[in-house]
Amino acid sequence: MKYYTYFPGCSCSHGGAKAYGWSTQAVSKVLDIELIELDDWNCCGSTPYSSVDELASFCLSARNLAMAEKRGFDLVTPCSSCYVILNRTNSYLKEYPQVKTKVDEALAAGGLEYHGMVRVRHLLDVFVNDIGYDEISSRVKRNLSRLKVAPYYGCQVTRPAFGFDHPEFPQSLDKLVATLGGEPVPFPLKSRCCGGSLVISEEALALDLIDKLLDCALSNGAECLVTVCPLCQTNLDAYQSRVNRKFKANFDLPVLFFTQLMGIAFGLNSQDLGLKTSIVPAERVLAKYL
Amino acid sequence: MENRTQVHTFVDEIATIPGGEGIRLCIQCGTCTASCPNADKMEHTPSQLIAMARAGMKKEVLSSNAMWYCMSCYLCTVRCPRGIKQTDLMHALESLAVREGSSHGRTLTPNMYRSFNDFVYSLGSLPEFGFMTWFYLLTNPLRAFRMIPVALSLLRHGRLSIKARRLTPEGANQLRAILDKAESLGGVA
Repeated sequence: MKYYTYFPGCSCSHGGAKAYGWSTQAVSKVLDIELIELDDWNCCGSTPYSSVDELASFCLSARNLAMAEKRGFDLVTPCSSCYVILNRTNSYLKEYPQVKTKVDEALAAGGLEYHGMVRVRHLLDVFVNDIGYDEISSRVKRNLSRLKVAPYYGCQVTRPAFGFDHPEFPQSLDKLVATLGGEPVPFPLKSRCCGGSLVISEEALALDLIDKLLDCALSNGAECLVTVCPLCQTNLDAYQSRVNRKFKANFDLPVLFFTQLMGIAFGLNSQDLGLKTSIVPAERVLAKYL
Repeated sequence: MENRTQVHTFVDEIATIPGGEGIRLCIQCGTCTASCPNADKMEHTPSQLIAMARAGMKKEVLSSNAMWYCMSCYLCTVRCPRGIKQTDLMHALESLAVREGSSHGRTLTPNMYRSFNDFVYSLGSLPEFGFMTWFYLLTNPLRAFRMIPVALSLLRHGRLSIKARRLTPEGANQLRAILDKAESLGGVA
């Protein structure tokens, strides 16, 4: 059994990506991973806080890191945004003493201190590097043979380089899909941006990017996409109808969390994986594996 | 002469923000601009912004929509041959624009960020549904209307929670104390 402190983030706990949270727990159980949720964690502040109020952004992360430090395990999150923001705080506290002084002072106001000892990990990193492809392969009950999957990494799991994989041409998710028996299709845009939270404030700009991603996946023969980020999934899935409307397209591509795909291959119940929460129905392409 | 003083002042101001110091290293190769997925939609490209800042064009830089179109994809950052944290530099310009009260009437991103941050400050977590509804109603109720189909499909699939996640009262007080202290310390610079 491997132990980690778990940081679900807002989307995977009470937000739109609850299925990512459920499937993360279900798959971890199969892999003998114990994810112990950090008590009373707070939002990492994501891009909005780090863009306009960096000190507050560092403090939001530092409270979580300080609480996690008391436990001593690596802090693992399935959310790419939480992953970047928490890691960025770690590196800024090391690199800029003036930031550390102010963050320490703010933390002290809450009776906390942080010594920079927490390693922040993305769930994908934990699965492929701590558990490994062989171990994952040994748990496969339903081989996803001939399922053509576009492995979509998005930006923040590999950039900037906190990394366990190449910042522009990552391979870990491709290999994971292959380990489950699926066929990772060539996907040149696999680490390009989905528009992130700008889908809310500048929708037209984000829809352009989503259209390019879906088009690239489809033209390479993908039957579905897998993502490692709640926001990427929401943008590609929930906004697919908006893309179809804007570009007079007919995309009908299911977008799964990578943990859902793992869960299906492990023979888990589709209900425990939250497959019903997909806006573009996933059952059609997955029927033969369920 | 006065112009030269101003040139130094604005670059100094940016360089004192952690992550902004790289502005002095730029060689104007344009790699950031060529990498940016949104450069073609920005009033000024990322490399232009740096050149303008170094020419002392503070007002033009801070009222540009450019940094607000940055999605933090970090492609510029990993490609910059001078090791400039270009994404963080964009954040530094966003922070400065907010602090200076610069107008950015052509993009709603600053309003979106403010709504997001207000929710996180008050609750310690982000209720996605409440935040988005609030933002749309505040900025463009017509868009709220257009987004109803997307919201309904999310609701139908159990992906919109009306109820927000709450921290324990102790946790909420602790977070508030930390954030208020941070506020009293001024920015990161």
